[in-house]
Amino acid sequence: MASSIRVRATANGDTTEVQALIQHPMDSGFVKDSKGELIPAHFIQELKFECNGKDVFIADWGTAVSKDPYVKFSFKGARKGDDLKVSWTDNKGASDTTTAKIS
Amino acid sequence: MTTTTGPHPTRRLLLQGAASVALLGLGNLPFAPARAAANDKYPEDAFKQKNEADAIKALYGKTAEPSDKVKLDAPEIAENGGVVPISVTTTLDKVTSISFFVAENPNALAASYRIPDGTMPSVANRLKMAKTTKLTAIVEADGKLYSATKEVKVTVGGCGG
Repeated sequence: MASSIRVRATANGDTTEVQALIQHPMDSGFVKDSKGELIPAHFIQELKFECNGKDVFIADWGTAVSKDPYVKFSFKGARKGDDLKVSWTDNKGASDTTTAKIS
Repeated sequence: MTTTTGPHPTRRLLLQGAASVALLGLGNLPFAPARAAANDKYPEDAFKQKNEADAIKALYGKTAEPSDKVKLDAPEIAENGGVVPISVTTTLDKVTSISFFVAENPNALAASYRIPDGTMPSVANRLKMAKTTKLTAIVEADGKLYSATKEVKVTVGGCGG
């Protein structure tokens, strides 16, 4: 199965810019389906970025993050070719991980 | 106009050989408390709070002061409350976290980002907004909280389905 995470990390000098797009329904638990029944909450709670054995960015999310979430940030200290590990876990215990090369 | 100020004799009291009280500094300074463990875990309690003030309290345990060093970028009008692009940057030093609150969502806290050393204090993301309301970004820098707010008009809500 293709990964749910698409990530692009670009190094520019000492700074690496990271953009990530994740496929996830991010159901808030407040929306009803076509039969009028509430769709239970299903959302990513924690998203973590690791580079060279160090956490560089951690997101704690609630239900108010949009469907198929997007996030962008930058950090220092990585170089082209380094690995960036991205992982998430949701409120139902599901998770996914991917590793991207910094370009 | 009547003034009744009687002359007061000035009396100088000389305290000879007064015992001076030496305040000796206590040698055992308390150790700096270890970083709050709450900062390393998913703040489940804060995400459950309904209004913004309670959520801020549950997440940080203190209140924020507005600062023009926090730049919150969001659209004036969001055509789709389900996807509102919002970003924050700051010129503050020693930033440890950035959080987003949407005042009139069912739960005010939308997202909280932990910023370790070496990561820029700048985040862009997309949030849901139930209706036209106030958006607040809080930056935690050097143990203090700084905030920026912006009113965003939502023409189609993000939680109505």
